[in-house]
Amino acid sequence: MTASSNDMKSSRRAFLRGALAAGGTVAGASMAKAAGPDPLITEVQPWASGLGEGVDATPYGLPIKFESDVVRRNVEWLTADVISSINFTPIHALDGTITPQGCAFERHHSGAIELSKKDYRLMINGLVDRPLVFTYEDLERFPREQHVYFCECAANTGMEWAGAQLNGAQFTHGMIHNMEYTGVPLRTLLAEAGLDAAGDLSDKWVYVEGADASSNGRSIPMEKALDDVLVAFKANGEALRMEHGYPARLVVPGWEGNMWVKWLRRIEVADAPVESREETSKYTDTMADGTSRKWTWVMDAKSVITSPSPQSPIRHGKGPLVITGLAWSGRGAITRVDVTVDGGKTWQQARLAAPGQPMALTRFYVDHIWDGEEMLLQARAHDETGYVQPTKTQLRDIRGLNSVYHNNCIQTWWVKPSGEAENVEIS
Amino acid sequence: MSKSLNLYGGLALGGVAILTAAYNFADRNVTPLVDTDRVLGEAPASLDMGFMLRPAIASTTAGDGPLGIGREALPEEVTAWDVDVRPDGHGLPAGSGNVSDGDDLFQDYCAVCHGVFAEGVDNWPKLAGGTDTLDRDDPLKTVGSYWPYVSTVWDYVHRSMPFGNAQSLSPDEVYAITAYILYSNDLVDDDFVLSNENFTEVTLPNVDGFFVDDRDTVELPVFSQEPCMENCKETVEITMRATVLDVTPDQTAAREAFQAEEAAEAAAEAAEATEEAAPATAETAAQPATEEAAPAAETAAAAGDLDPELVAAGEKVFKKCAACHQIGEGAENKTGPHLNGVMGRTLGAVDGFNYSKTMAEMGASGTVWTEEAMAAFLAKPRDYVKGTKMSFAGLKKEDEIAAINAYLKSFAQ
Repeated sequence: MTASSNDMKSSRRAFLRGALAAGGTVAGASMAKAAGPDPLITEVQPWASGLGEGVDATPYGLPIKFESDVVRRNVEWLTADVISSINFTPIHALDGTITPQGCAFERHHSGAIELSKKDYRLMINGLVDRPLVFTYEDLERFPREQHVYFCECAANTGMEWAGAQLNGAQFTHGMIHNMEYTGVPLRTLLAEAGLDAAGDLSDKWVYVEGADASSNGRSIPMEKALDDVLVAFKANGEALRMEHGYPARLVVPGWEGNMWVKWLRRIEVADAPVESREETSKYTDTMADGTSRKWTWVMDAKSVITSPSPQSPIRHGKGPLVITGLAWSGRGAITRVDVTVDGGKTWQQARLAAPGQPMALTRFYVDHIWDGEEMLLQARAHDETGYVQPTKTQLRDIRGLNSVYHNNCIQTWWVKPSGEAENVEIS
Repeated sequence: MSKSLNLYGGLALGGVAILTAAYNFADRNVTPLVDTDRVLGEAPASLDMGFMLRPAIASTTAGDGPLGIGREALPEEVTAWDVDVRPDGHGLPAGSGNVSDGDDLFQDYCAVCHGVFAEGVDNWPKLAGGTDTLDRDDPLKTVGSYWPYVSTVWDYVHRSMPFGNAQSLSPDEVYAITAYILYSNDLVDDDFVLSNENFTEVTLPNVDGFFVDDRDTVELPVFSQEPCMENCKETVEITMRATVLDVTPDQTAAREAFQAEEAAEAAAEAAEATEEAAPATAETAAQPATEEAAPAAETAAAAGDLDPELVAAGEKVFKKCAACHQIGEGAENKTGPHLNGVMGRTLGAVDGFNYSKTMAEMGASGTVWTEEAMAAFLAKPRDYVKGTKMSFAGLKKEDEIAAINAYLKSFAQ
């Protein structure tokens, strides 16, 4: 028998009555008064008396059951089938910047495959001096690096182009995760194969391809391949999860998630892009006049308030309120985040939890005193290049409504006096 | 491509500099590792071997050359994996296929998701139509209306299709299917033959519809202005609300489960409080538990005759089916019907699934999914049920069929 807070019975009911009575008196800076002694304090609770679980009860731990709603979620109508689909990180319920792997969004084109380290092979071929094959163990023998990077699907917020659609930060902005990767720089692997055969590197490409049935492949310009791209095999200190490309995936800092090829099996040095399905029919941005941008790799600066938000309403009434959110930019580090509570009439600078890191999520806070009236909450990110996150109107003026991808507009939450919040657009 | 040349012109030096840095970095990090091993007096042979090999294959690019990790890829290995095809025909194998054969293949392998005329089924991609829609609301992006290159179609069909049985089509079949997709977009006549010879002569309508990302020149200057911080607007109106559309998924299940648990606790508390209520609550609580136990036991009995290893093997083989069929608790009809309790049932009997005419007729005439029937169907689906909608070539190995049969049987309910 394990002692748990579920075992408490009458004690909690008594306290709930007390809290309800006290709730009415919360106002301004005045403190709540207890209706009577809190039995959680005055009575010996089962967990303070009995014993908890022993070690090894859960050899690999999962979140406690009280957090069971902090999970990835799918929007069924978006895709024909879950095998080729996407789900969303519960960013509304997380804090800090690192996304736990178990709730980091998934995007598969032919399902998540089980590929063992033993069966893993990585080939480098094309315009190289020596076409090479590496095993997983080989990868671990190269000098390694560690970096924290966000991975955002180009379609994140894509459902919001034509108007406010999905009611929750998880659904509007949850195609993103942020992890600490351990891996080998792609340039190290390319150097191992030798690039003399490629000659002038300025117009060369690297084509990367996955081992799953979708054989997802993308062409990356050599400049980026030699810059900061990683072949990663660890995330947040442990092996990649199956759904994120175990045992090795590509990490392409600041660039759209589709290029972060999972189950990476082949790297080809080429003198032209392949123009694969994922870089022509998909992941190209159609403008109002019907022409389309291609090679829109960089993810522009963006931010969202994660709480309060539709899935994370205010439950505590007026008074001190923590407004928090995430900001990021594929062009570099976040330098500043502005927040408004009145729909953009006035803005204040948010407090960054830590200085922004290049191409990684930055957590921001506004320590607000809520007057209990409705709020129109927005955040606006600035990055180190001077780029300022645009409004939806600014983006639509340039791109129209049909570009699907790369929607980095300012998001609005309408917080009502009840504390509930809704995804809205404002004038 | 001209824009990309401008973009990357003058980067050659930068690239070399980065490479040099990589070599230096590698050296600094590897040398101490070996020293440590020597200090310990047990340098692994493989590491030493690695270093002895290095001079032999040293690069002439920069630094001390490669680390000697990995092995050379054999030509047949490169051939097996390097199959991507580019717009100029690079990578295209010799072969050909005509529209008519492509039509047949398309109906067999593709139509179940993409429709008989490539018009798409449900949410699956439409491959034809959409001409002149790109500048309208909700443009229809198909091979004919949007895709810039035929090579992309060939490459994708060859490598990634059919869904759930990728890399199973021969080059000639891929030429034929590509020809049919072109035909379904009114781009070629019905006697057209596509081959590696005439491949680059086919141009798709939207080939010039793309331009290289110009955000840096078009958007960056506009979006780099210092924004307003105070008195930015007089009034603010809500112009659109997400809840009006009501398309957000229901996410209350988990929360409700937790709340139900809490409610049950509260009920138990209430029961404790009143003596009379206590037995009633216990009864209610016990009832569903017993009901649940009954079918579970039944399933266990039915599954009792099955070889668990064979069922496990079947579960693996079933991955070939899972793209279209669901099985187990909560299984629903998808591209194919759900398969719970399929063994022993008449053909075409799942409610709400639109079977092929033949499948429905066979069911109506009393044909039942016996082990033999299933084996025959899975070996050659289109031979056993002429005109079946199942676009699956079949299982070649008898042991796989036996495993699937066992796996299907294990879901008797």
